[in-house]
Amino acid sequence: MNERIRKLREQSLKTRTSLDPERALLMTEFYEDCRSTTLSAPMKRALAFQHFCERKTVYIGDGELIVGERGPAPKATPTFPEITVHSLQDLDILNSREKVSFKVSPETRRLYKERIIPFWKGRTIREKIMEEMTPEWKDAYDAGVFTEFMEQRAPGHTVLDDKIYGRGFLAFKAEIAAALAGLDFERDPDALSKREELRAMDVAADALIRLAERHAEKARALALKAKDPRRKKELLRIADVCARVPARAPRDFWEALQSYWFVHLGVISELNTWDSFNPGKLDQHLAPFYRDGLASGRLTEDAARELLQAFWIKFNNQPAPPKVGVTAEESATYTDFCQINLGGLTPEGNDAVSDMTYLLLDVIEEMRLLQPSSSVQISRRNPDRFVRRAIEILKTGFGQPSFFNADLIVEELLRQGKTLEDARRGGSSGCVEVGVFGRENYNLTGYFNLPKILEITLNDGVDPRTGKAIGLRTGDPASFASFDVLLDAYARQVRRFVDIKIRGNAVIERIYAEYMPTPYLSLLIDDCIARGRDYHDGGARYNTSYIQGVGLGTISDALTALRYHVFDKKTVAFKDVLRALGRNFKGAETLRQRLLHKTPKYGNDDDYADDSMKRVFELYYDAVNGRPNTKGGVYRINLLPTTVHVYFGMVSGATPDGRKAGEPLSEGVSPVQGADRQGPTAVLSSVAKMDHVRTGGTLLNQKFTPQLLSDGRGVDGLLALVRSYFKLDGHHIQFNVVSADILRDAQRHPDQYRDLIVRVAGYSDYFIDLGRTLQDEIIRRTEHVSV
Amino acid sequence: MSTGVVFDVQRYALHDGPGIRTTVFLKGCPLRCLWCHNPEGQLGDPELVVRPERCLAECRACLSACPEKAIRKKAGRVRVDAGACRSCGACAEVCPTGALELAGRRISAADAVAEAARDAVFFEESGGGVTFSGGEPLAQPEFLEEMLKACRDRGLATAVDTCGYVPYEILERIEPLTDLFLYDLKVMDAAKHLKLTGADNALILDNIKRLVRSGARVVVRIPVVPGVNDDEDNIVRTAAFLKSLDSPPPVRLLLYHRLGCVKSRRLLRGRVGRVFPFQTAADMERVRRRYASLGLEVDKGD
Repeated sequence: MNERIRKLREQSLKTRTSLDPERALLMTEFYEDCRSTTLSAPMKRALAFQHFCERKTVYIGDGELIVGERGPAPKATPTFPEITVHSLQDLDILNSREKVSFKVSPETRRLYKERIIPFWKGRTIREKIMEEMTPEWKDAYDAGVFTEFMEQRAPGHTVLDDKIYGRGFLAFKAEIAAALAGLDFERDPDALSKREELRAMDVAADALIRLAERHAEKARALALKAKDPRRKKELLRIADVCARVPARAPRDFWEALQSYWFVHLGVISELNTWDSFNPGKLDQHLAPFYRDGLASGRLTEDAARELLQAFWIKFNNQPAPPKVGVTAEESATYTDFCQINLGGLTPEGNDAVSDMTYLLLDVIEEMRLLQPSSSVQISRRNPDRFVRRAIEILKTGFGQPSFFNADLIVEELLRQGKTLEDARRGGSSGCVEVGVFGRENYNLTGYFNLPKILEITLNDGVDPRTGKAIGLRTGDPASFASFDVLLDAYARQVRRFVDIKIRGNAVIERIYAEYMPTPYLSLLIDDCIARGRDYHDGGARYNTSYIQGVGLGTISDALTALRYHVFDKKTVAFKDVLRALGRNFKGAETLRQRLLHKTPKYGNDDDYADDSMKRVFELYYDAVNGRPNTKGGVYRINLLPTTVHVYFGMVSGATPDGRKAGEPLSEGVSPVQGADRQGPTAVLSSVAKMDHVRTGGTLLNQKFTPQLLSDGRGVDGLLALVRSYFKLDGHHIQFNVVSADILRDAQRHPDQYRDLIVRVAGYSDYFIDLGRTLQDEIIRRTEHVSV
Repeated sequence: MSTGVVFDVQRYALHDGPGIRTTVFLKGCPLRCLWCHNPEGQLGDPELVVRPERCLAECRACLSACPEKAIRKKAGRVRVDAGACRSCGACAEVCPTGALELAGRRISAADAVAEAARDAVFFEESGGGVTFSGGEPLAQPEFLEEMLKACRDRGLATAVDTCGYVPYEILERIEPLTDLFLYDLKVMDAAKHLKLTGADNALILDNIKRLVRSGARVVVRIPVVPGVNDDEDNIVRTAAFLKSLDSPPPVRLLLYHRLGCVKSRRLLRGRVGRVFPFQTAADMERVRRRYASLGLEVDKGD
């Protein structure tokens, strides 16, 4: 990288993340003034967004080519008091906590105390949600049976398609005008709400154009003062670019990147949406600009590389908005899950790998930044060279890119009822979630603690941690005559908690639709304009709600242990297992060792053990899949944990697989940490016994030591592993290539390992930023050493 | 249907032939190489492996399970009377921690191949297959032959890793069923070979000559043991011998490691073999270059 990029990257890495009050103050100011009783909710939100775009500090840093920050400066992270207002105690925790901290200045604290908290307390979505939830929901939430994504952050979970590269916002405005003109008040009873929504979208479009213009003005002002003639020229160019996009379609590579960046800033400023939004299939979107630029001689490979690197740094400058409480536990990271997709298929179903793809892979390797995250979408149509290039990057010890089965993603989306073309426009985002880019709201609603529900089942509906009866009375398990009776009781408890979760979601989805619409995001996702409906209110072409199952390995091994020892081999009485679990195996270490070592385990290609996994998968699928949501879509399952398996483990007692109380659960669809003893092919074979096609994403994490990849055979082996797993219809796999010694050393000397990135669970993070428990877990994970 | 004794099945083996392989380790070996890295594979019958450090102080399961009363506990850890133990495995069956394990299980050829075939999709994708190693796989010739046939029936590629110290008739019999021979050569000097492995190398050298002549695909594997066979004299003699064959096979150098020493401590019959110095990457590279300079196709593995 050149000197400019090196400096910008350094700045991005070194700047401490802070909590910035500007946005919260602007929102406070707007809502204090806006006392109108006749403004519709969408219009109010659009005007709030406009207020922000017109007044926020415009930042253009030294040497920057791609411009625009969400906060007033890099890593100055705004808050969203409409959704959640942090208390002074929250601010103190954020400021001082060991991991994922946010610097809170005394001035910010004062503003919160005097202005922001007094206005917002009692008016936030978070409080509204908690008020509306039933006692059953609160009990389950407090027990750690599930989490709630929307209690601190707005629904997002969507990705942009190619629409901004061929059209500008002025074209969107024209579409809005046409939709308004087509409203039929005589026959359409929803005409008024559609009009309000469309007008709000129009205001939001203008607001973003204005934000871009303000950057053009700033660049021009800086150019006037610039002493260095080269920088002056650059600033004038930046001014031209910002005057053009996103109002009009980009004409070249630079404009394309800047246009996306403004669009992105709009989404992450309007609300604190989950999975912050991302450009999706960036190689496909940029390929025409790259090709034309090179052909016309106006762009060189080096210039394109520099612009991409500048673009990359922009993502890293925007940490995820601060999270507290359970939400911080379930997603303890600065990363905001922008997952750039490379390769895969074109909408016509052809190989999408191009020179642009390889250039982007170079950029990923060289930048080594936490954000954006990246994935390779691997289709049987893609060449091995592409996969090998991705493996080469893994070898450097960087946790990116992750590997996805592009053909299976198409199949998953087709099964969900999408058209073939839309399915091919799909990809993965967040951790591993699938969706149709530009056309789907695929909202993750919360993690679901599968092992905890076994604990509740084994205690006849009582959570032993609190002594509260929160589940169904399914009977004393010691009286269960067979494994099937046990499994049936477990399935009934799972359905019960899914019901409680979905009842909560039905309210929460409507709270966002009614009180917190998102007219700006609605501009970007088909068919919100055509339908005149908000993204939160079913405006998207497809609307899917997910409940993410967690702890599949732990629950499978726990059930297998009971089936094997209690029912099949009868080596131990059920009541003795229950007593041992109740005492966290105190005085029962022999039994625990037998459960750990003398029991079939998921992840070893052992059909007996893997059968439990399949049965859990089916009963969870049956409990969730196809249930209607409030947006005209249905519920689906996916299996991923981010960091919640640590939190869920903390609230879960000892489990029959030999796990002690408080220890982390297994993550994603990976086997229990250390339980896989037959190497990676056995793991993949076990995991492939699940019907991934019927999910919206599964996460498989495999840790490799560097020596396993040190020679050509290692690379060939990994390539074949990935191709084979995808042939077996696996959805996703990611690799950590690091040695345990390196990680232990990093724990001792964090300062020397600041750039050490590992994949945690569907995303990557700086190792030193992970909590000690997660660090230890990563070290402990089975290291597959080749023979 | 013949059965045999297998002491390990390892999946995702990348260094026992091309592609992703499953290596089946057959028990029993006619040699006693001092650097042996699989000492639990030397004897033909199942054999108890003891890891006292895994033993639980509170557990006494093995004491009552042992029909020979060969086990007692000392300072909270298991002690096995080597003279009394008949390696029946009853203790291993009940041991909760793996402090007692049996190396070797009797299995039918069909079952062993069915187990190895579980990775067929990975073999196909990578050009891999099944490798039979040991011990010395040719020490159980009927069992091996039947497994090779079963692999052929299933369309699985095969490799046999052998020390070559067997009557040639056995090699001849399995040659048509074997896609690749991984043929180990240790030391050229006959006296030294006898001293270090317990056997003369004349038969080994004669067998490879005949095997290569028969047209079989052979890769020669040389475990490079510091102070044993990495000297100039042995390298030159090995190279000269290989070049004298009808078509000189490619050579793969294997890094000596001390895993065998750790494993031999766990055997009841006491420590076998010897500890040799560590290998450096520079040493390996020197040996590789020397073989290459003598006109052989040579590669080194882990």
